Amino acid sequence: MTQHGSNQPIAAETRPWLDPEAQPFISIRGITKRFGTFTAVNNINLDIFRGELFCLLGGSGCGKSTLLRMLAGFEAPTEGQILIDGQDMAKVPPDKRPTNMMFQSYALFPHMTVEKNVAYGLLREGKSKREAYARVAEMLRLVKLETLAKRKPHQLSGGQRQRVALARSLIKQPKLLLLDEPLGALDKKLREETQFELIRIQESLGVTFIVVTHDQDEAMTLATRIGVMNEGEIRQVGEPREIYEEPNSKFVADFIGSVNLFEGRVEAAAPDLMRLQTDELGPVVTLPRSGLSRNQRIWVALRPERITLSRVRPDAATNVVSGVVQEVGYMGHMSNFRVRLDGGRVIRVTQSNRLRDEDPISWDEPIFASWSPAAVRVLTE
Amino acid sequence: MNALTRSPVWRGTAWLFGRLGLSGRGLVIAIPMLWFLVFFLVPFFVLGRISLAEPRIALPPYTPLFERGPDGSLQIIASLENYWFLWEDALYRNAYLSSIRIAVISTVFALLIGYPIAYYIARSPEPRQSILLLMVILPFWTSFLLRVYAWMGFLRREGVINNMLMSMGVIDTPLVMLQTDFAVLIGIVYTYLPFMILPLYANLTKLDSAHLEAAADLGASPMVTFFTVTLPLSMPGIIAGSMLVFIPAIGEYVIPALLGGPDTLMIGRVLWDEFFSSRDWPVASAVAIVMLVLVVAPIMWLQSVQNRRELD
Repeated sequence: MTQHGSNQPIAAETRPWLDPEAQPFISIRGITKRFGTFTAVNNINLDIFRGELFCLLGGSGCGKSTLLRMLAGFEAPTEGQILIDGQDMAKVPPDKRPTNMMFQSYALFPHMTVEKNVAYGLLREGKSKREAYARVAEMLRLVKLETLAKRKPHQLSGGQRQRVALARSLIKQPKLLLLDEPLGALDKKLREETQFELIRIQESLGVTFIVVTHDQDEAMTLATRIGVMNEGEIRQVGEPREIYEEPNSKFVADFIGSVNLFEGRVEAAAPDLMRLQTDELGPVVTLPRSGLSRNQRIWVALRPERITLSRVRPDAATNVVSGVVQEVGYMGHMSNFRVRLDGGRVIRVTQSNRLRDEDPISWDEPIFASWSPAAVRVLTE
Repeated sequence: MNALTRSPVWRGTAWLFGRLGLSGRGLVIAIPMLWFLVFFLVPFFVLGRISLAEPRIALPPYTPLFERGPDGSLQIIASLENYWFLWEDALYRNAYLSSIRIAVISTVFALLIGYPIAYYIARSPEPRQSILLLMVILPFWTSFLLRVYAWMGFLRREGVINNMLMSMGVIDTPLVMLQTDFAVLIGIVYTYLPFMILPLYANLTKLDSAHLEAAADLGASPMVTFFTVTLPLSMPGIIAGSMLVFIPAIGEYVIPALLGGPDTLMIGRVLWDEFFSSRDWPVASAVAIVMLVLVVAPIMWLQSVQNRRELD
């Protein structure tokens, strides 16, 4: 992943959030939602651009669904303002909004056939039946359901229902499609297929998607940008790479993927390298970072896959610690290790199994764990 | 296996029933079956048999089914004459039609009044739902007869409603309300409204609010959502509630007897008169059998409609 630096220029029109002049399509300004004394969403500010596939990622109860429901108009914000395409949504009821939603439960009408479910939105617009059903047939082809048009929802599998729900929410060609855990009810294999299907559809129709999910793999695969939410607040907004490689806090680092965190302080900041001191790793050398002062308390974040295990001591003088392998989890394409460092701290390390006939590191072996200065991420909160 | 099923008494009983060819499941089903047999099927056949006899002044007041002829041969005396009589006599036909009419009208009104109430209760927050349901059921704690008498007090010439309207100056002569079909309708709708509300509530409370949100999201106004989503989805509740009102209403006796006028013709009253005034048991039995068929036919039709709907 490191071979493509995040600063590598990519066509600016596909990443409008990098352009300070770009007009956001959706503006969420100081949105707060309280239910009684409970604050579900706390003062969120967020700009989303046309054509984005934006993921709101967070655990259950973090307020992501509430935020989505406020965009759809099912909940009214306690404070703040939502603009869609420049229009204030405060007084617009859900049936008049330029949004459509795909519900977590799909909410297909059980008394209607697939075809009628999908046609529902068009018929409400006052389209003639002939025109509506022609469009429905087209849409069912897009989601590969044309043979099931006359079935009722209860006669479909979970994956088929999911596609009906998607077709129904896309049929009106909304400016903004809101998807609440769209793949949550599907099994793993189907979910992976459907993820790419969603991206294909999103790109071919050019609709802006906002997806709510608790599944970080899903968010990483789908999103142009991710907003990580916790306790009603957005903790970080960024591209998947950014969120993973440059988390802004211990929370985000720990939430996305797994990470080893060590408390420490800044010892010296040389122009080319920065020295940190930690109790559990000893001295750590990393690339310099601005905004840090001597003796400042920091956390060192090390992703398990950035650590290398070896039987012989590496040449480098720094960023090497010794320990004993405590557990090995063989996953096929890679192995997960738990290594007890000499100081007693247990760290997680993953190594990809590149060679077939390699003599694998095993239980109770004394080994050395090392990492490059660039692998270290320094966190201040 | 818990302590109860391990006890010797339990196992002994189970063994005994087992020897008699009765399993636990068989026993559980046996009780309602027995009930059905003793209190429905047997009386039904007794009625059917009487409806085929001829009246006579004796005890019992109808001819026996089997009789020894003068030559000692066994004769079966049965005829459909009573049914033919019902068909020919306009009184009975009108009574049936008027019963159906009153039952249909009261079912429609019970539905129109009951649906919003059920909807409101189903959409209320949890603790309030229980209180509202209690209020729906509360009238049952008073005697049904007492409640119908109370309506007489309301609808009478010098009753509460007339007095109130007169004192307010809305009318100057009292309205004739008691002893009309209108009073019968009020009585039936009032009495059977809970039977409409409860199945509707049970249905509407299951209604997934996501379906309503989905409809709104797709551009349906609240009114359109109601007619395209809520109403079709609550059809089973509507059917169940309507049946529970229609069936007792069609054979209602007490309410037309107390609130209705001399020209309120309902089959329940005709039945009573045949049995106890004319003492013509065979005709009365025929009246009852025809009424049963009239009631059962729509139920069976609806059942088959619903089964078909579940199949596809």
